[in-house]
Amino acid sequence: MSIEVIKPGLASSIQDKGRQGYYHLGIPPSGGMDQRSLVAANLLLGNPEGSAVIECALMGPELRFTDTHKVAACGAEMLPRVDGEPQPLNEVFEVPAGAALSFDFVKAGARLYLAIEGGIDVPERLGSRSTYALGSLGGLQGRTLQPGDTLGVLPAHGLATTGRRLPENLVPAFYKRYELRVIPGLYAHRLEPDSAERFYHEDWTVASEADRIGYRMKGGTKLDFIKREPPFGAGDDPSNIVDACYPIGSIQVPSGSEPIILHRDAVSGGGYAMIGTVISADMDTVGQIQPHQKVRFVQVTLEQAMDARARYQHVLEQLRNMP
Amino acid sequence: MTTQQIQAPFPGVFYRQASPDDPVYVKEGQQVNPGDVIGLIEVMKQFVELKAEAAGTLKSFTAENESVLEAGDVIATLEVSE
Repeated sequence: MSIEVIKPGLASSIQDKGRQGYYHLGIPPSGGMDQRSLVAANLLLGNPEGSAVIECALMGPELRFTDTHKVAACGAEMLPRVDGEPQPLNEVFEVPAGAALSFDFVKAGARLYLAIEGGIDVPERLGSRSTYALGSLGGLQGRTLQPGDTLGVLPAHGLATTGRRLPENLVPAFYKRYELRVIPGLYAHRLEPDSAERFYHEDWTVASEADRIGYRMKGGTKLDFIKREPPFGAGDDPSNIVDACYPIGSIQVPSGSEPIILHRDAVSGGGYAMIGTVISADMDTVGQIQPHQKVRFVQVTLEQAMDARARYQHVLEQLRNMP
Repeated sequence: MTTQQIQAPFPGVFYRQASPDDPVYVKEGQQVNPGDVIGLIEVMKQFVELKAEAAGTLKSFTAENESVLEAGDVIATLEVSE
């Protein structure tokens, strides 16, 4: 029951729903950046929705299956191939024993989630199989996949049906530019008023450094923070604060020049003012934005954010009840 | 003679040289062998070497140094040796 990694892709890692409850100790949640696609791939196969899968960023891996497995690939558009033969996305298909599974260039989106019937078998660490590469924790030896790795698979439950497909209305759409909804705060008052306004009215380009830790943005006008005497414990730069906790999704702007959206492998705290937080319902979207694509930040209220969250939960509910 | 288009396997920034002071990996018209480095693509804090998959003459570069590529963009054309 194993899968051999021939080529690992760029930054493929084992992820599940993440490791909750340790962020206050400096250990971030990790887990699939696009939870909706991760859950969809698992549910298609009849797996528990949080089973460990392979998250493939920007380029798919090439894998050799020693045994026959049913699999499902959801998320970014990278056409799967079994020994060269095209296979559908968002649909259960079988990879026969001895066959190689590979993927075409990514056409849209950034991360594909490859689920295997039963789920990837790596040890749970602090209640999760997710990889936190920066902290060498979880996944396969705490790192991204490498050539020659062997992945174990948990026993198949026999519930997966070849050809079972995601209903069309639950297939996510990917674009070249995105709007991300943001609740201003906790340190938005530290911005000069015109900077606080302008931040929401300019295009920002995702930098090539964007990864699981954070999405760095370039191309907008430098933001000015209000000058002040640094309080005890804060750095000299006006963008510095006395160290504080960083929420996942929070946007910090070191020196005011390049905003960074923290994602699931983020550090848990530090001394940069956060000018807002991307709402939880849009964090999956962040994980599907390719470097060099454009983003516009849209200010919303807490009520709008809660409404968006309820709608996001409804989509997950639809996935759980799909035929 | 068959020609082969070398495509970007993933999105990123393309570089023809290891650093701004270094010579380019391959000049147009130069002979390459499988495994020879043609350039670098930078993404997610990684620099990944783009290698030739066949022997031949590197006829021309379509992608400029430091240009932003999407996955599948043509980087160069290789005239494959028979």
